[in-house]
Amino acid sequence: MTGDAHPGLAVEGVSYAYGDRRALDGVDFAVAAGTFCALLGPNGAGKSTLFSLLTRLFVTRTGKIRISGIDLSRNPRAALALMGVVFQQQTLDLDLTVRQNLAYFAALHGISGRDAEQRIDRALGWLGMADRARERARDLNGGHRRRAEIARALLHGPRVLLLDEPTVGLDAASRRAITARVHELCREEGLTVLWATHLVDEVRDEDDLVVLHRGKVLARGIASDIAGGERLADAFLAMTREEAS
Amino acid sequence: MSAWLICLRAIVAREALRFVHQRGRFMSALVRPLVWLLIFAAGFRNALGVSIIPPYEVYITYEVYIIPGLCGMIQLFNGMQSSLSLVYDREMGSMRLLLTSPMPRWWLLVSKLLAGATISILQVYTFLAIAAGFGIRMPWEGYLLVLPALFVTGLMLGALGLALSSFIRQLENFAGVMNFVIFPMFFLSSALYPLWKMAESSQLLYRLSAANPFTHAVELIRFALYGQFNGWALLWAFAALLVFLLLALLGYDPARGLMRQKG
Repeated sequence: MTGDAHPGLAVEGVSYAYGDRRALDGVDFAVAAGTFCALLGPNGAGKSTLFSLLTRLFVTRTGKIRISGIDLSRNPRAALALMGVVFQQQTLDLDLTVRQNLAYFAALHGISGRDAEQRIDRALGWLGMADRARERARDLNGGHRRRAEIARALLHGPRVLLLDEPTVGLDAASRRAITARVHELCREEGLTVLWATHLVDEVRDEDDLVVLHRGKVLARGIASDIAGGERLADAFLAMTREEAS
Repeated sequence: MSAWLICLRAIVAREALRFVHQRGRFMSALVRPLVWLLIFAAGFRNALGVSIIPPYEVYITYEVYIIPGLCGMIQLFNGMQSSLSLVYDREMGSMRLLLTSPMPRWWLLVSKLLAGATISILQVYTFLAIAAGFGIRMPWEGYLLVLPALFVTGLMLGALGLALSSFIRQLENFAGVMNFVIFPMFFLSSALYPLWKMAESSQLLYRLSAANPFTHAVELIRFALYGQFNGWALLWAFAALLVFLLLALLGYDPARGLMRQKG
């Protein structure tokens, strides 16, 4: 039950609470296959909690998550196999080379040998990291580490790429380059991308946009429509300010 | 090779590489038991007489007596250090990466356990080789026969670490594990003194020591080193392995929500 007939990612009525504190409240949105969707929200909006649910670090009984039509709770292994994830925290083994890091991840997906080598070369090529394959992760700058992590997330040929604030801590040039490259990959490879961020300038007018605040979806649609003729930054601030007051 | 074995091989290789890179960890894993063997045992050899008890058939020196206990100590510390690395991994994020693999979660955790047990066995054999260099030797066949015993005890103590790691919230809490798990387990066991000595001092402490899974791990190693099979110790070690593994699987089950407080 996979294919373009299904949204790349569907989140249906998902709620989650840490004890009495409700972190997500009936979150509902879908991302069409092959689309770049920005998940925009201020700190504490619930983005990381949603990512933990999407990657099955947590589970909830309220609501459903489907990856290319596959129910994450019913068939987690098949759903996880279709998903590439870039976490907010750095997850490279700094003592290993870029290639060793990627080979380790490929093996976690059951891929080894020549197949793994070819996939690693291709993924590093996509991210412009081919000439850094033999460098230790520790010796890379922040931007290149992020590129290596994105390349790693693409190794197993996922249909859906989830990135949780992937540009945190990077300089402006690296941020812009990585954002642009992921947009290109989305277009060229038909990837469904969910890009969580609190930085409005990473969202393009034509991107799908979900605005999350205090665990609720405040708006969803095309970014320029949500902005309604204003600058998106102003519209976003107005939305979250109204909600806060 | 099946996807499961590829995954297992990668996790073991990564753990081994990590161990090689952390030379300090390797040195401390060796220095700790050697200090006990070459300093503590030298000081205590006259204070603690060891009578002839199975599996020994002749009088032995105290250094010989504590060798199995120190092998167990190496595995106990390794199990705890593996759990420390899991807490560190979880704080740093790479545990998250591991858990997003499409392999069954139980297999990922068992692979971690097998990796940790393998490392601990390498440490034990290095220690036994150094001890032999100082003239403290076991029967030659014991070095071979102890391998399966070390595998079971390494898995059991690794599973204990894994279970603890799922309940430890932060790296800082690891000091508590030292005080409340490692030290009581080590001292309330037959690692440093036979249990009959403990019984002479306190029946309560004797009973606690007799129920301590670490005691049975040490006895399993001790008997194996002398080419003998201790079925009771094996049974205990297996039972403890199953209980600790079950606790670890529960701790890392996303539906149980124990991870969520630490996410």
